Amino acid sequence: MYEMIAFYLFSALTIVLFLITVMSKNVLYAMTSLASGMVLISGFFFILGADFLGVVQLIVYVGAVMALYSFAMMFFDATRDIKEKNTPASLIFLLGGLSALVLVLMFAAPIHSEAIQALYPIHDGAGNAQDVGIVLFTKYLVPFEVAAVMLLVAMIAGIILAGKKMDQSLTKDTSVDAEDEILIQKDAK
Amino acid sequence: MEVVTYTNVETFVQHLPEVTAAGVWIKAIIILAIISAVAGFGTYLERKVLAFMQRRLGPMHVGPYGLLQIIADGIKLFTKEDIVPQNANRLIFMVAPVITAATAFIALAAVPVFPDFTIPEWIPVLGGTFVPSIAADLNIGILFVLGMMAAGLYGPLLAGMAQANKWGIIGAARTAVQFLSYEVVTGLSILAPIMLVGSLSFVDFNEAQAGGISHWLIWQQPVAFVLFLIAGFAETNRTPFDLLEHEAEVVSGYATEYSGMRWGMFFIGEYANMITISIIAAIVFLGGYSEEGIGWLTIILKVGFFFFLMLWVRAAWPHVRPDQLMWLCWKVLMPIAVINVVITGIVMMV
Repeated sequence: MYEMIAFYLFSALTIVLFLITVMSKNVLYAMTSLASGMVLISGFFFILGADFLGVVQLIVYVGAVMALYSFAMMFFDATRDIKEKNTPASLIFLLGGLSALVLVLMFAAPIHSEAIQALYPIHDGAGNAQDVGIVLFTKYLVPFEVAAVMLLVAMIAGIILAGKKMDQSLTKDTSVDAEDEILIQKDAK
Repeated sequence: MEVVTYTNVETFVQHLPEVTAAGVWIKAIIILAIISAVAGFGTYLERKVLAFMQRRLGPMHVGPYGLLQIIADGIKLFTKEDIVPQNANRLIFMVAPVITAATAFIALAAVPVFPDFTIPEWIPVLGGTFVPSIAADLNIGILFVLGMMAAGLYGPLLAGMAQANKWGIIGAARTAVQFLSYEVVTGLSILAPIMLVGSLSFVDFNEAQAGGISHWLIWQQPVAFVLFLIAGFAETNRTPFDLLEHEAEVVSGYATEYSGMRWGMFFIGEYANMITISIIAAIVFLGGYSEEGIGWLTIILKVGFFFFLMLWVRAAWPHVRPDQLMWLCWKVLMPIAVINVVITGIVMMV
């Protein structure tokens, strides 16, 4: 009973929030609804009894959307609406809608309760985190390691992109004249 | 695949009475009431302790030793006009303080606060209800608490961005910087004790250190303890890392435009977070609550010590700059934390 109420509540809220993310012209509304939608998705994991994944969803997306916020802060005035440039292309609308429909059908068609079987069922007595760990380090070891290497590559690329002028200070005035001017002003006094 | 047996999960819960929904409700109300009150009392303690460290007297005029100052401050906060600035984003501006306060209390739901007890039978309606010490006993308690406290930083971030104020937006930018800096250190520093205990549950941490002071994890993980404390100061936005509202640089940062109870909610959230961090540090590193001896008084003493430490540090240390914080977190603390985790792993393997 509680689960049902929670599920419908979370579903409705998530859909509304992500609609706001797409439709809103205000950066602040869009980002905030994105963040809260991501947090609410973790609720589904908790309902399913996957506590560990729920918390991971929470931690990862809280951090990720926080980084997005910092970009929004740099590029937009968050308190104003954005002038969007929407080209009314009915073809794009049609194609986008069709591909979305096909995707939903592809993923939703096999889902009816008899067809769902747990490939890696939960062990009795083992916690959530332990079960995820067992599957990650046996069946999915290679994808896991590849993902780790990919993140490493991205990190090194980021450091190289940002690090070209790292030993120069952006705030310090390096020109020789700066100090002289102070001295000249002192002399004038 | 080899079947692994787990002994430390679900061992503690069996000999306790059943937790009912009524018990959890009562617990939630107790936490809300007492922690809010303690947060108010915390402001008084902070002013007194800081005053004594700076050879002043602190609040003295209202009531004995200024004790009624809390009530005076409370009346002031509740009755002040609730101002929303003209160009601000109204909705987000008003929601932001609620996020900070709410996440702080949600985080408290998963840590053990106060002992469990059963309401005596002679009380009508609720008699015989068992009230647990943890409102929501999750198997992954530590991760949940840290994640919720991280979500709490959305409060300052949104507040700063919504208020159409230069100081506010600088405060919001500093929030993002601070969050992205300390979060890695918190996770990596607490990973080493988690590896040793092999569980993410606070109850298991308490069990693992049950054998007295020599069993405390701080002796095995002193480096992780120091790192966690430093990251905890950044997480609760305390000096020396209170960049978000650093008065000397950015007026009041994210809280510049706030007044009355909305401003107060930020600080209730901050003090609740200080208590949460103290509880985590006490349970993970200092043995937690013990069932024998002076019992639950031990954890209250430990939490009190950490609370005092935060005030002590505030009196003793200057602020750092945002770039110094980033340098500290990414170039000093994170490598130390990684090395600590690797060494712990090697020691455990051998």
